[in-house]
Amino acid sequence: MTVRILVAKVGLDGHDRGIKVVARLLRDAGMEVVYTGLFQTPETVAIAAIQEDVDVVGLSMLSGAHLTLAPLVVQALRAKGSDIPVVVGGIVPRNDLADLEAAGIAGVFGPGAGAQQMVAEINRLVATADR
Amino acid sequence: MSPRSARDEWLEAFNAAAKRASQFTTMSGVTLDPVYGPESGPYPGQFPYTRGLHASMYRTRLWTMRMFAGFGTALDTNARFKEIIAAGGTGLSTAFDMPTLLGLDSDDPMALGEVGRCGVAIDSLDDMRDLFADIELDEITTSMTINSPAAVMLALFVAQAEERGVARAALGGTLQNDILKEYQAQKEFVFPPRQSMRLVRNTIAFTAAEMPKWNSISVSGYHIREAGSTAAEELAFTLANGFAYVELARQAGLGVDDVAPRLSFFFNAHIDFFEEIAKYRAARRLWATWTRDHYGARDERSWQLRFHTQTAGVSLTAQQPEINIARTAIEALAGVLGGTQSLHTNSMDEALALPSEKAARIALRTQQIIAYETGVVHVADPLGGSYFVEELTDEMERRAEAIFAEIAALGNGSMLEGCIRGIEENWFQGRIADSAYQLERHFNDGTRTVVGVNRFTEGNDDGDLEILRITNEDETKQVERLREVRRRRDDDRVRATLETLAKDAVDPERNLMPALIDAARALATVGEMMGTLESVFGRYVEVPTL
Repeated sequence: MTVRILVAKVGLDGHDRGIKVVARLLRDAGMEVVYTGLFQTPETVAIAAIQEDVDVVGLSMLSGAHLTLAPLVVQALRAKGSDIPVVVGGIVPRNDLADLEAAGIAGVFGPGAGAQQMVAEINRLVATADR
Repeated sequence: MSPRSARDEWLEAFNAAAKRASQFTTMSGVTLDPVYGPESGPYPGQFPYTRGLHASMYRTRLWTMRMFAGFGTALDTNARFKEIIAAGGTGLSTAFDMPTLLGLDSDDPMALGEVGRCGVAIDSLDDMRDLFADIELDEITTSMTINSPAAVMLALFVAQAEERGVARAALGGTLQNDILKEYQAQKEFVFPPRQSMRLVRNTIAFTAAEMPKWNSISVSGYHIREAGSTAAEELAFTLANGFAYVELARQAGLGVDDVAPRLSFFFNAHIDFFEEIAKYRAARRLWATWTRDHYGARDERSWQLRFHTQTAGVSLTAQQPEINIARTAIEALAGVLGGTQSLHTNSMDEALALPSEKAARIALRTQQIIAYETGVVHVADPLGGSYFVEELTDEMERRAEAIFAEIAALGNGSMLEGCIRGIEENWFQGRIADSAYQLERHFNDGTRTVVGVNRFTEGNDDGDLEILRITNEDETKQVERLREVRRRRDDDRVRATLETLAKDAVDPERNLMPALIDAARALATVGEMMGTLESVFGRYVEVPTL
């Protein structure tokens, strides 16, 4: 089964190099990738994820707002009855990992995470969720 | 009488320039010439300036050590500015937070979590007052890195300076104000491209008339490179944008010699040492040639490409962050050997957070080592004449010319139209994303090494650096500051100034700066001024492409 992933930019962060590169690398690995474009809200991301029927949501966050915004995306999905896992990539200090996990973030890909690692982790998440 | 030789002209200019010392020698006492090369030239300070803008280069004046800073509230950043000046920094450069960059007030719902995080939050004249409190505005030059709301920020800056008794004409500094690269790379846009360009046209005209010491635009390749372009694309897109602004100024009735001397440039210093040096040398030569031959510039200041350099944030690693000091030193050295006028060195912790005070100080010290210990500043263009560097310079020039031809074709001969169409058709964005992807594949398959990332990873698990943490407390504080301003001001006066602004915005021939300065004085907020403009100009939505 082909993994479908929605990659999203939430909030005001315009850094889109990472998300575009990661999207192409995930496509190279055989995934179907949908990109929201810039300046989304937690609500618009949740709606898009459900409409697109994706297996995973990937947020790219480089501005430092991950602790505020990533949990809101999880909450928006759960409020709509969706259990789609949410992962975060970008500049996330190690100190923030526990808080993100507690907020329901299923995985974090910090600086230097390789393509293979990301693909493997996303596949594992989807496989776990399917069980 | 035979015409004066290039050497005579150079010598005359060299002798006329003040020097920092009477003699420049190596550590072992070898007396150095100010420049080396054939008697017939080329010389620095002469068209097309491949070897540098000035006959005496750093013997007269070192580059400006301009450290970019901004976080939290205006009071926090003002304190950091004072630390920079105390540590020997010679210029200020203001980083704004994301809401400010997008023209939103700190209490806007979209600003949640972003206030004061990537830069300083500026909501009104009140914040601008605190930002520059006790800083000598007519002595230290100020750069403001802002684009979509550049005209608004200039209005706030002028308003606070004037109420302190500093005249517009005395203000020296730079507004980034390079909206084209926002659509191409940095992506902090608000209005559609053509409406944004009207604001740029207004700021060019206003500063040309009233602020003779002000650089109206800092044409920036930095972000294009950070977004993933190659060195040649950075060079070509940036200069093409520069040509576009020259063409734009014509629409405001300004000739190339009115505007070109007031454009400064901003380039990246990436890790590929010689390619970067070649890029700067080619940039000067291309700008000189194009402004003279394509745009008819006669004033030599129009031909002279002055630039600021920042080391490559994207080259820094979160792994073993201390080794970023070495990367930054090498990149900064490339900027200096390339003849930069101004330099920001990144801090070792910038792959993790905004710089801590200590990390920022080490970054400044890195510049001071280059300037005062290494001796590389004694001789102009020390790599000029190297077979390798000269050929690489020529190659950068050829590649840029090929890209110029593509952009001109997009605009049927107009660089201005080519740049705008290239944005509207996602041409620039696609090129940059393609280059970023190619490079990332090389990192992933190991054909390019990044120390600490795909090789030499022992030490990656060492303890974390002490990093600057911006808490949500700053957001709460800033929102409270904003509410206090709203309580204190005269709402009728705010409303009246915003109505005038809206009326002026409808007429494309009106310059919006006077209305913006009036609104700033009335304590209208950045969000209110930008919202008023948006009601006339509309909002730009980028079509998402991968």
